[in-house]
Amino acid sequence: MRMAAWLYLFVAFGFIYLPVVTLVLFSFQDGTIPVPPFNGPSLGWYADVLADDDVTDALLHSLLVAIGSSATAVLFGFLAAYGLARHVLPGSALMRVLLIAPLTVSYLIVGLGLLIVLNRTGVGLSLITAGIGHVVINLPLAFAIIYASMGAQHENAERAARDLGASEAKVVLLVTAPMLAPALAAAFFLSVTLSWDEFIIAFLLTRFDITLPVEIWSMLRSGLSPRLNAIGSVVFLISVTAVLLLEFTVLRRRRS
Amino acid sequence: MNVATGTKLGWGFVAPALLWTLVFFVLPLLVMGAMSFATLEGRSLIWGFHLDNYIELATRAYLWRAILVSLEITLTVTVVSVVLAYPLAAIIAFRVPREWQRLALLLAILPFWTSYVVRSYAWLLVLAREGLVNQTLINLGLIAEPITLANTRFATVTGFVHFFVMLLTLTIYANLVQLSPNYRRAAMDLGANAFQTFRHVILPLTLPGIATGAFLTFVLCIGDYVTPQVLGGNNELTIPQVIMVQLGRRADFPLASALAIVMMLIVTLAYLASARWLRLDRV
Repeated sequence: MRMAAWLYLFVAFGFIYLPVVTLVLFSFQDGTIPVPPFNGPSLGWYADVLADDDVTDALLHSLLVAIGSSATAVLFGFLAAYGLARHVLPGSALMRVLLIAPLTVSYLIVGLGLLIVLNRTGVGLSLITAGIGHVVINLPLAFAIIYASMGAQHENAERAARDLGASEAKVVLLVTAPMLAPALAAAFFLSVTLSWDEFIIAFLLTRFDITLPVEIWSMLRSGLSPRLNAIGSVVFLISVTAVLLLEFTVLRRRRS
Repeated sequence: MNVATGTKLGWGFVAPALLWTLVFFVLPLLVMGAMSFATLEGRSLIWGFHLDNYIELATRAYLWRAILVSLEITLTVTVVSVVLAYPLAAIIAFRVPREWQRLALLLAILPFWTSYVVRSYAWLLVLAREGLVNQTLINLGLIAEPITLANTRFATVTGFVHFFVMLLTLTIYANLVQLSPNYRRAAMDLGANAFQTFRHVILPLTLPGIATGAFLTFVLCIGDYVTPQVLGGNNELTIPQVIMVQLGRRADFPLASALAIVMMLIVTLAYLASARWLRLDRV
């Protein structure tokens, strides 16, 4: 029984890591197709990828959209969480549901809806429209994370600040936001990882300047290539770095 | 601060998020809903209350087949993923020493963060005709000719299951570690064997975790375009694939909207079916 459990764990991890290991291993392939037998290691494909302007442009666009949309989502999510947690508003339960609602609709539908409206109103597609879509999907997450950590224990500090004459803006900026820093950082990192990886909304809502997943998608049409492995490995590395940073800085500090 | 200005101030804080959601989420959905009742005559769009798109969905084989294919794939993926993820979550929760559990869980879901376009491509590398699995089997002498793995429903399901096993391991694990060990001890004390304890105590208590994860799996799986497009070949299309065909080649927004509405209805039905056990607020 005990042996069977460890065997299952082993096989499950094998299954989970099989595609990732294959991807990374054959990014070092010395040759033109990323399939066995493995020749190498060679860093040629990484040099090739980093020298490709389309790829580096797309990478930059992705970072821009991810950081811009996440900052907006966290700012709006924080303000809404503060408003709903600290003020008595009519219909607040309904507003909470409304703010969370985009989580239950698939990205394709969010993108399709925005595409129809943008088409009707004649707004051109760009990185900004993709960013608008990313704020729609990240706002509910940012709001939920920040709202959940708006415990009543912070309220006394806010009251004390107010008694000492701080304006509402000062309370929010100098008291509430610093106390919620871990939640704000968690929301921001999660948002960045999701936006950075997001494909379908970016695909539907960009035209000339595209993000990295869309660039990868267009390269996929020409079939298997170690170039794709190299790009994929870089993207994976960046995402994993973000996740590990989150795990070992923000979450660790919160637990201790 | 009196109540009236307090309320006004509160609205001020909520307004940006609320307006954003209304303008860029609710409004587009409403327009999409209206669009699904519009119709195309030649290239021009006729608004109104036409049922043409929905009638087409029910009568044109390649449209209703897509709905069936999507349902079959999504249900298969959901069931297989739960069945594979449950033991993994249980082993991490009950067999792995406590101080290693967080690390084990982190490792088990790390590839979750690969971009999903890249993840599907990585499975293509593994399953392709000249890919890793075929080459290994040939080298081992188990098969003489490569077998067709990529561009099949099997490949689509494999790609999905890989992703959702990680997601479900997370939600089921979260549920399992919340259980007090006293439940197991009590069941054992009362003479239940390991299987009976699982069947009558642990499983019922973890239904919320299973239902939440299964619902998320269902929603994300039925709405995904990338995995079936990269791995499934074009022998059979899913709803998102047909939506993309309508948008691309034919610019038939009304039909695409009707398909999207049908997809939302299916998700609503799935929600109602699992609502009893769902704890979405605890995800």
